Amino acid sequence: MPLRIALAGNPNSGKTTLFNELTGSTQYVGNWPGVTVEKKEGRLKGYKKDIMVVDLPGVYSLSPYTMEEVIARDYLLQEKPEVIINIVDASNLERNLYLTTQLQELGIPMVVALNMMDIVEKRGDVIDSEALSKRLGCPVAPISAARAKGLDELVNKAVSMKPSDLPAVSGFSDSIEKALDQICDVIKHEDGLGAYGLRWLAVKLFERDQDLKGKVTISDGAVNRIEAIIDKAESDLDDDAESLITNERYLVVADLLKDAYKKTSREKLSASDKIDRVLTNRWLALPIFFLIMWGVYTVAIQTVGDWTIGWVEELIAWVSGGVEGLLVSWGTSDWLVSLVVNGILGGIGSVLVFVPQLMILYFFISILEDCGYMARVAFIMDRIFRKFGLSGKSFIPMLIGTGCSVPGVTASRTIENDNDRRMTIMLTPFIPCGAKLPVFAMFVALIFRDATWVGPSMYLIGMIMVILSGIVLKRTRLFRGKPAPFVMELPNYKMPRLKGVAIHMWEKGKSFIIKAGTIIFAACAVIWFLQSFSPSFAYLEPEQIDKSILAAIGSLLAPIFVPLGFGNWAASVATLTGFVAKELVVSTFSLVSAHTTITFTPYSAYAYMVFILLAAPCFAAIGAIRREMGSWKWTGIALGYQTGVAYVLAAIVNLVGSLLFPNAEPIQLTGSLEEASEGAITSAAILQNPMIYVLGAVLLAVLFIGVFSRFKKVNPARSQA
Amino acid sequence: MTLKEISCGKTVTVRKLEGEGAVKRRIMDMGLTKGVSVTVRKVAPLGDPIEITVRGYELSVRKEDAEKIIVE
Repeated sequence: MPLRIALAGNPNSGKTTLFNELTGSTQYVGNWPGVTVEKKEGRLKGYKKDIMVVDLPGVYSLSPYTMEEVIARDYLLQEKPEVIINIVDASNLERNLYLTTQLQELGIPMVVALNMMDIVEKRGDVIDSEALSKRLGCPVAPISAARAKGLDELVNKAVSMKPSDLPAVSGFSDSIEKALDQICDVIKHEDGLGAYGLRWLAVKLFERDQDLKGKVTISDGAVNRIEAIIDKAESDLDDDAESLITNERYLVVADLLKDAYKKTSREKLSASDKIDRVLTNRWLALPIFFLIMWGVYTVAIQTVGDWTIGWVEELIAWVSGGVEGLLVSWGTSDWLVSLVVNGILGGIGSVLVFVPQLMILYFFISILEDCGYMARVAFIMDRIFRKFGLSGKSFIPMLIGTGCSVPGVTASRTIENDNDRRMTIMLTPFIPCGAKLPVFAMFVALIFRDATWVGPSMYLIGMIMVILSGIVLKRTRLFRGKPAPFVMELPNYKMPRLKGVAIHMWEKGKSFIIKAGTIIFAACAVIWFLQSFSPSFAYLEPEQIDKSILAAIGSLLAPIFVPLGFGNWAASVATLTGFVAKELVVSTFSLVSAHTTITFTPYSAYAYMVFILLAAPCFAAIGAIRREMGSWKWTGIALGYQTGVAYVLAAIVNLVGSLLFPNAEPIQLTGSLEEASEGAITSAAILQNPMIYVLGAVLLAVLFIGVFSRFKKVNPARSQA
Repeated sequence: MTLKEISCGKTVTVRKLEGEGAVKRRIMDMGLTKGVSVTVRKVAPLGDPIEITVRGYELSVRKEDAEKIIVE
């Protein structure tokens, strides 16, 4: 059995930095059983013996209410790691030690790592770690995780802990201790207590901890006696039992600090406070926010990100070209060449093409998170987005989504609340991505005669559907969830550590290739097969797409699309190839139109555009959705919802259109469709910069809320009612 | 008075917390317990949430939650 060290601590305490320092490149990321929360494990660096370090989710408490807390708690209690390293942010000692008082009760040897001592020293405060160690009854090691200082000593202390080296248990006030003693007496002789310690159980029973109920069995008589003890304490002390314990813990911490913490500095504005004054200033906050977003978008999506996509595409084209030449020169049969070049290399290409862009995006997101600005993003945008059942942090996925849904969906990682995150993942693909533009542009050019309102209307519909879906879905059982307050720490601003950012980037790239890549690759290969073979498995040239299995499937599916106005096989085949990449819709129409007449009325064309806009995204985005949802069930719900909304809305467009314009002539898609599409994009008939629309929409919302809250202030009586 | 009504820059003491279960526990876990002093720092640009200092760190609280915190 290898020695296991569990890393426990508050969010923003430097836990991840410490974990990276302790494990280096040996770490691997998985999921905690049954949930989407990341589980990071790694081998302790520099030790020959197998010593595993497990990074628990960052938590403020071990309450039974959030998923992270339950995971951390279950791991500590059921897996019983040999040692806990409790990382504590020394610059925020009071709240961090609150968790420590709970870890003390678990009956597991513990070492406290006192992180960020440099900040404390800079403030001019003094922490007596010896005194702290004496009071906590466990070793305390001052460290700086970011500068990798004090780590050897910390590790030495942790690995030399013996199973009997248990931390002290902080005592509460007399009346509470009396009640806990009584509970201990009651349960002492119960059998169904499992492996839990008596003290921990007594505290949890006193708190009426819900999570405990399924895990221990206590006789009815004992339950009644415990309830009587709690009732008495509650009426004596005039508060509910859970709050009594929470109060007591903070009193214990305050008492600890009296001995160990010497505060000399005061009420001087720190550098972090000064930065915050500007960044969340009433008037400057929004302009600065948009400026930062504009910068991230421009670099990650429009310039560098877009170039990397071009480079990867060129690289893949070059490799494919080389391989094709080689295979042809060997006299390989056509279908085998196509299998290798279009099926396999094409599939790999559609995975790899996103990786550099994702890594660039994650570079920025990690920096925003590490420096502390991400929490401010939520602070600034919360008011708008929570109305739609989303988080303030949902702004970033949606914005990135105008470039590409894949990094957009991936950017939702930063949203802690499960419901908010799922909703964001589900709705981000509604924002038209760059690959949908050529499809819109083709119709604008050929059916709508370059009408300028059509392109922007797609963005409008996308955003309206995000808002409406949010408002509606928030009320459904799927998303209602338990009421949780939005209390969020606004951490101090810090310089981001390049090493941490690099590790984060690398992790994202890797996990996208492994988790999403396999799905994308397999799906692309299937479409290649269906497109390249006839139902009797004869290989077809690309131009013979009308004889393919895909065309047969298209004809089967076509009736489904009749209510939407485009019930022909070509449109359904283009929808299917659109799953590989949305821009392929154009090239499929172009292939088919060479020998078949495809016609659209303006309203069926508009319905088709609406369907492409809202229906399930491309395989790459589906892969990303699967990766972020962490479950097929939720992936299915998301795709089903998107496609359902797309279907209904497209049907409405078609119906209303046919009623309003009964005499509209069907127009044939002819000529070079690709050229028409490109022409419409470059002639700016369609928008050049979607960012403008997003910002416009947000500014409108801001203005609306601003005016509304003014109005409320002037009419206090009204707001009361 | 509730924390929602306190203007920026004022420091107050928490008297009582309304609500129960997860909501109350979460607020208390963050250090907002009876007797602690709280300074209201600022209001977000759109009027909600508010930023407060409690136990030496900054916390963002929505006004609907601040309404449950009785202060004096």
